[in-house]
Amino acid sequence: MLILTCPYCGVQAEETELHPGGEAHLKRVGPDGSDEDFEAYLFARKNPKGVHFERWRHAYGCGKWFLAARCTASLQVFGTYKAQNPYPPAEIVDAIRAHRPDWQPDWTVQHAQAESPAE
Amino acid sequence: MPSDAPRSGRYSVFAIAREALRQHSGWKRAWASPEPRGRYKVIVIGAGGHGLATAYYLGRNFGITDVAVLEKGWLGGGNTGRNTTIIRSNYLQDPSAALYEKARSLYETLSQELNYNIMFSPRGLIMLAQTEHEVRGYRRTVHANNLQGVATEWIEPARVKELVPIINLDGPRYPVLGGLYQARGGTARHDAVAWGYARACSDMGMHIIQNCEVIGIETECGQVRAVNTSKGRIGCEKLAIVVAGHSSQLAEMAGFRLPIESVALQALVSEPIKPCMDVVVMANTVHGYMSQSDKGEMVIGGGTDGFNNFTQRGSWHHVEETVRALIETFPMISRLKMLRQWGGIVDMTGDRSPILSATPVGGIFVNCGWGTGGFKAIPGSGWAMAELIAKGTPGPLAAEFGLNRFREGRFIDESVAAGVAH
Ligand SMILES: Cc1cc2nc3c(=O)[nH]c(=O)nc-3n(C[C@H](O)[C@H](O)[C@H](O)COP(=O)(O)OP(=O)(O)OC[C@H]3O[C@@H](n4cnc5c(N)ncnc54)[C@H](O)[C@@H]3O)c2cc1C
Ligand SMILES: [Zn+2]
Repeated sequence: MLILTCPYCGVQAEETELHPGGEAHLKRVGPDGSDEDFEAYLFARKNPKGVHFERWRHAYGCGKWFLAARCTASLQVFGTYKAQNPYPPAEIVDAIRAHRPDWQPDWTVQHAQAESPAE
Repeated sequence: MPSDAPRSGRYSVFAIAREALRQHSGWKRAWASPEPRGRYKVIVIGAGGHGLATAYYLGRNFGITDVAVLEKGWLGGGNTGRNTTIIRSNYLQDPSAALYEKARSLYETLSQELNYNIMFSPRGLIMLAQTEHEVRGYRRTVHANNLQGVATEWIEPARVKELVPIINLDGPRYPVLGGLYQARGGTARHDAVAWGYARACSDMGMHIIQNCEVIGIETECGQVRAVNTSKGRIGCEKLAIVVAGHSSQLAEMAGFRLPIESVALQALVSEPIKPCMDVVVMANTVHGYMSQSDKGEMVIGGGTDGFNNFTQRGSWHHVEETVRALIETFPMISRLKMLRQWGGIVDMTGDRSPILSATPVGGIFVNCGWGTGGFKAIPGSGWAMAELIAKGTPGPLAAEFGLNRFREGRFIDESVAAGVAH
């Protein structure tokens, strides 16, 4: 049974309380995007066998969308975080690194700083 | 093509009699297990039903036998050996009906064709309509099927009861309002399909190499050159990626992405009981379906998990939902003990239709996206895929299933017709 902690209400929610929402951190393509960009945004998915960042909704709880870092090959959960983060926060990255030393983020630190939320 | 494969000999009633007289000492292995050569004309990755059928029709229809099928585990150990073996072709959209009906009709004579008993059993299949919406949907499918030349009919509840005496029509929550009936739908023995194709491929001199995982794909100037495997580098002119749940991983090795997500789908079987149901029944509103195997087990399947998963192990609550729903529909199964439960990793596309396509890399073709329902398609898929690989362009069966349909918005939307796993 998959258990994720909702970062909003703090409840340890089990799977039947949650609704899965697929890959996280997809960047919406604007009107000047190319056909390729738009297709990738809509359809192409990383679908990794390993570390996956994904959207979940606390459907039968507070109702909010949040994000989770999880391993699709072992079902290990590295942590959850609020959906306002444009990139996974440092604690999550550290938690993943602690278990998967070889894992590399596919975004750059500059990105992450430039777009970090003004809380 | 010179063959180092020992021929397995023809199976017949005389062979059985001959072997009976000599303590069954003369049976040969059904397929050879050679070491890989350095290079093949065509490499197929994945020895599931679709990969093996692709190889078989490359040889049968196009005379291409310089072929290797590489399998990381044992052949048929993926979804092909994990499915609930339902065969039907009552799809809504024309391209799907054409492809699945081609497959279904090839299944009719596949045992003779392969000289291998795949136990095709066209026992009939009913998709129950349990809401008004489903009644309208299935009536529409029947009309579409009649235009497509696929024999299906709408049947009323009384006829459903006649065909399935153990069914409870009254609900209470979802009464049976009728059904979409395909009399020539049914089941086949899944392992035998893989084994039969494997044997026929081996007899043509093709190499089936098990325990050989592809770990890298070598390209040069946008053209495939070779694959790197746990048994070394193997060169090829053309490469077919036919790996179901691992399609994204192989595509990544070749440098492109696919519109695929991998999720777990589960099935379970009960203890064997006396014959009680000789049709396949699917109940899509309540997410469950059931048939009785030749051994007497009730074979049960349900819905997929909603999240990406590669563990071949699904969520408990889906099993619970499925069984709960089926007990409403078939009250007599409430006391049955379940013997085994398992999962497979299925490759889901957004429109719930498969992909048979060329790719951004020259010489690489993909066959994937069969999701929860590709067992029924194996012969047709292999047929269409072989044509695509041999000619480099798709024939009529595969034409609509290219990757570009996502960019161009030409979806083959089967999410209504195939709302449940099967
Ligand atoms: C529980 C369940 C029930 C189902 N019920 C039905 C049903 O009733 N009717 C129906 O029509 N369909 C059903 N399906 C779907 C059907 O099983 C699949 O669509 C079909 O079997 C897919 O066949 P395949 O050959 O594409 O994949 P698979 O049989 O999975 O074969 C792919 C092969 O590729 C190999 N592979 C992966 N990566 C590599 C690598 N890197 N190198 C080498 N080899 C690799 C795998 O080991 C595997 O053997 C069901 C599926 C499941 C899981
Ligand atoms: Zn919450």
